Amino acid sequence: MKVSTMAEFMANGVQPDVLFWVGCAGSYDQRAQKITKAFATILDKAGVNYAILGKEEACTGDPARRAGNEFMFQMMAYQNIQVLNGYNIKKIVTTCPHCFNTLKNEYPVLGGNYDVIHHTVFLQELIEQGKIKFTDSNEWKGKSITYHDSCYLGRANEIYEAPRKVLESLDMELREMKRCKSKGLCCGAGGAQMFKEEEKGDKRINTERAEEARATATDFVASACPFCNTMISDGLKVGEAEKDPEVLDIAEIIAKAIQ
Amino acid sequence: MAFIAEILFTVLTGIALFLFTKNLLKIRRNILIGKELSIKDNPTLRWKNVFILAFGQKKMFRNLLVALLHLVVYVGFVIINIELLEIIVDGITGSHRIFAPFLGSYYTLLINTFEALALLVLVACIVFLVRRNIIKLKRFASNDLNGWPRSDANYILIVEIILMGLFLLMNAADNTVDFVISGYIKPFLSTFSTSQLSIVEHTAWWLHIIGIFAFMNYLPYSKHLHILLAFPNAYYAPLESKGKMHNMVSIQNEVLYAMQPEMIPTEAAAPEKFGARDVMDLSWKNLMDAYSCSECGRCSAACPANLTGKLLSPRKIMMATRDRLETVGKNIDVNKTYVDDGKALLHDYITVEELRACTTCNACVEECPISISPLDIIIELRRSLIMEESNAPAEWNGMFSNIENNFAPWKFSPDDRDAWTTKA
Repeated sequence: MKVSTMAEFMANGVQPDVLFWVGCAGSYDQRAQKITKAFATILDKAGVNYAILGKEEACTGDPARRAGNEFMFQMMAYQNIQVLNGYNIKKIVTTCPHCFNTLKNEYPVLGGNYDVIHHTVFLQELIEQGKIKFTDSNEWKGKSITYHDSCYLGRANEIYEAPRKVLESLDMELREMKRCKSKGLCCGAGGAQMFKEEEKGDKRINTERAEEARATATDFVASACPFCNTMISDGLKVGEAEKDPEVLDIAEIIAKAIQ
Repeated sequence: MAFIAEILFTVLTGIALFLFTKNLLKIRRNILIGKELSIKDNPTLRWKNVFILAFGQKKMFRNLLVALLHLVVYVGFVIINIELLEIIVDGITGSHRIFAPFLGSYYTLLINTFEALALLVLVACIVFLVRRNIIKLKRFASNDLNGWPRSDANYILIVEIILMGLFLLMNAADNTVDFVISGYIKPFLSTFSTSQLSIVEHTAWWLHIIGIFAFMNYLPYSKHLHILLAFPNAYYAPLESKGKMHNMVSIQNEVLYAMQPEMIPTEAAAPEKFGARDVMDLSWKNLMDAYSCSECGRCSAACPANLTGKLLSPRKIMMATRDRLETVGKNIDVNKTYVDDGKALLHDYITVEELRACTTCNACVEECPISISPLDIIIELRRSLIMEESNAPAEWNGMFSNIENNFAPWKFSPDDRDAWTTKA
């Protein structure tokens, strides 16, 4: 698919309305790439004038900072803010809650001030504005789904409603897990855990969460974070069940229903 | 001889208040061992938090039943202590129920309310004891509480029950008054002579007030200190998004100077320790958090690492911080200033394995009824591990070097970052 970069916009002397921050998972992880493409497809269909940084994008530094490596974080932040400010970026949308949190909360004090939106909120706005219209034969109608709150979206930034509203706008039946919203259980990936083995214990965190998801007996599990998506999908591989729910990002769900 | 009781009481009150103040000042000194942190913004919102979180106990209501029981004990404790005013005036002047004539029938209403509350407190404390010792709720059965902390919690509840009992007994034995609830105790005292009743009343009165003084002086050593510190803790609670980590200006500048050498100031900055190795490297707010912790364990019950059997327990992080701070405080008492004892919060009180298990999910922060952040301490210790000791698991070192060289935590070429656009 054709996605313009900021460099291309600049060469043409124009500015996009919003920058799509893809993030490392969205760029490189095979599973997350599908989410990225789904979201880019939605942006195209909704007529959003957007760009990506392409090869100029770099890790926000989130996992390094949370592991304790402030030096690495500051280097990445410096570099990214130089690029973003160089392009005079005002508005950023991202499909990764970790990038979202870092760009929104941690870059301002370092000189990076942007209007940062997570894709679930952006999607809800597009739906409300009528820019996203669903096909009449929306395949999700009546299907049951449970939504897994990402810690960095939920507790960290108190975004609980937007993702749920998006699912409800598709006439899906939303069933909550035992722990949800501010009590939502982490998938186990945050704080740089994604990049190391779990410490020893009697269970994996993602297995615990996957069991909760399974207990809702829904057709699907909605995620809003590429890391949560991976963790819960992996968690569902443990243990036996007649039929396991499929884990999908909210962007993937919308992309399939959009006109 | 006539004034001996009054003198004894006055001296006792003086000693109790003196010791209490002395210990509070010591705690204040210990808290201020922590690093400076300026929290002066938005006083309106901060006072609102004091009313909602501390007075209103908003977070407690995440579990309605427990919240109501706790509210009973709290309201009961605060309101019944209004009666302390009279007890103290009576004690010092030798009067008997000095407020009664002034308040008339309101006095009866007031004491009846106190009695009703006393009974409710008594029942609530029994329920709490049952939850801790018979039902053995997971967060109370946890190994975190082994030893003194478990006894501490039980002592408080038992003392509270005894105090309420003494208050009711005192009223029941007083033939000059009649109140509803203590009225039910009166029949049990019917065989007592007037002089015996007077002895019972006076004994109950003395034990009650001595109990209260003892309780007050027990506070500084107990998890029960939260009844005082919850208020400043709510005031100084962070107001920003929970996801926002505290910025390290020293490192921000170091990176800035590396990138833009022209920015380097002429006088070289003193070398600084990165992150926290010991309590004095934490902020005073972190240390106040530690003293405020009521060891309720809501944090650990919600912690994904803890509930899947990892070593990490956010409650234990707070308890370890307080223990270490107490040790450092005693060290200062003896030596005037802190003399290195070869120990530190990191490694000796909190292990690497605990720190490594944290997912930074903020569940502990969200659950804490009095706005403590165990996460903040975990992060500061992690910073010390990485930046002072280069102590990281091999996978993390790989991740760091990938970010440094490939600008992503995985080993992919930066040239492929937009490869997804051309993939089928």
